[in-house]
Amino acid sequence: MNAYTTSHRSKKEDRIMLALLRLSAFLAVAILVFIVGYIMVQGFPVLNLGFLLSSPTKMGREGGILPSIVGTVVLTLLSAAIATPLGVGTAIFLTEYTREGTFSKVIRFGTESLAGIPSIIFGLFGFLFFVIRLNMGWSILSGALTLASMILPTVVRTSEEAIRTVPDVYREISFALGGSRWQTVTSVVLPSALPGIVTGIILAIGRAVGETAAVIFTAGSSLRLPQSIFDPVRTLPVHFYILAREGISIENAYGTAAVLMIAVLLVNVSAYLIINRVAARRLERR
Amino acid sequence: MFAGKAAKIELREFELYYGDFRVLKKVSAAFAANAVTAIIGPSGCGKSTLLRSINRMNDLIEGVRVTGEIRLDGKNIYDPDVDLIWLRARIGMVFQRPVAFPLSIFDNVAAAPRVRGILSHKELVPIVETSLKAVGLWPEVKDRLGQAASSLSLGDQQKLSIARAIATQPDVVLFDEPCSALDPIATHTIEDLMQSLSEHYTIIIVTHNMQQAARASDFTMFMLDGNIVEYSPTRELFTNPKDTRTENYITGKLG
Repeated sequence: MNAYTTSHRSKKEDRIMLALLRLSAFLAVAILVFIVGYIMVQGFPVLNLGFLLSSPTKMGREGGILPSIVGTVVLTLLSAAIATPLGVGTAIFLTEYTREGTFSKVIRFGTESLAGIPSIIFGLFGFLFFVIRLNMGWSILSGALTLASMILPTVVRTSEEAIRTVPDVYREISFALGGSRWQTVTSVVLPSALPGIVTGIILAIGRAVGETAAVIFTAGSSLRLPQSIFDPVRTLPVHFYILAREGISIENAYGTAAVLMIAVLLVNVSAYLIINRVAARRLERR
Repeated sequence: MFAGKAAKIELREFELYYGDFRVLKKVSAAFAANAVTAIIGPSGCGKSTLLRSINRMNDLIEGVRVTGEIRLDGKNIYDPDVDLIWLRARIGMVFQRPVAFPLSIFDNVAAAPRVRGILSHKELVPIVETSLKAVGLWPEVKDRLGQAASSLSLGDQQKLSIARAIATQPDVVLFDEPCSALDPIATHTIEDLMQSLSEHYTIIIVTHNMQQAARASDFTMFMLDGNIVEYSPTRELFTNPKDTRTENYITGKLG
């Protein structure tokens, strides 16, 4: 085989592989566009202000989804508020305060195992522990604590990765300036890792917003507008699930699904806007 | 040898072990105040280790053990009562590559006093201004202190790193191959800067670039295998080396 045939063959191989890779990239986007488009088209007819701002009547066959929107927002934010300090704290401990050893391996194995547990198991645990054992009942608080344990591994892992990408020389300089370990963490490491950490929290929120199995056991399925975090709620995905599952109203189920998807989109976009603004303000300050 | 200049730092039979390996072997020498001293030698001779022993950066490495003394104004910095924050405020350090934190120009310099607990904007402003003036960066950046430090050229980022190192108002500034990432023009600016800074600071620079040592330093120390082979005024060491190993090194036959 001479040089010419080799290059000829590899060129052909290249062309075929390129075509296949293009196809897979196209399919990946096409599936997303199809699902989003289908839900939007099906859900669009019922979407209006009345649907968003009124309470459901007749089990959700009529009326809107206001209590579910409020419940989902509060539940998700509360779970993120619980998981963030725990998760970021664990990540700081693993990266800045321990050397790689048995102890850190055990913690990492633990958080990764936690990530692999199906969400319905979290639901069952939350039901038995928070709802019954701690007597919190079906409530936003029970749901938020359950969701927080579920998204904790995501927060830990993404924060850990973000912190590890901060160059070691940043820490050296901070130490050379006389900084303690904690000062180095707060003044150099965390600001540098912030975009990555925030992205991780957004990912976690995205997972929490759409979670069904873990909250149906813990937050309940009440259709009333919650007055405090001790009240039960029916989150958007649970509402959607019940409407569709029990054949109450397929139209409203699609409408709810469309709202859920728009909400996820808004969470992502606004979070990125916040990151940019924080970064810009930090640079403006003098 | 220092021609009237006082000794600022003095090493007395200083040894550093990395595990069982003896990196520095009973090193005794002094560094002159208000002068630039260059430490040269082939890779692995211990020059960077020696530099990092002076502000105890080697403490961060597991398995490092030292014996002997390093005295700063007569006080052994390895005494148990020495506060590392105090020590590192008195001895600044500039690293190989310019490092700008992902912050504004102002905040990069202010990071130093902030570590020492100076937090009020009112107190920070004059410190930042003085430090940037000392490195000659002030005219260029005074109207854009809020911009990202990464927008500066590499040479200016190294000046910024120097400004940050002197913002703790140290007596001594250590330079660990500060020009290895810079082009020749930026290198010359940093060399001139070290000379002018030596009016107020004791400067010690580790370099693998002999021309740099010859151009920018008042005294030069040549190290080999953890020992000081020769240490004299720079002109003397380069024009009239006493030791054949020094001669071989500076003529390029060694290392």
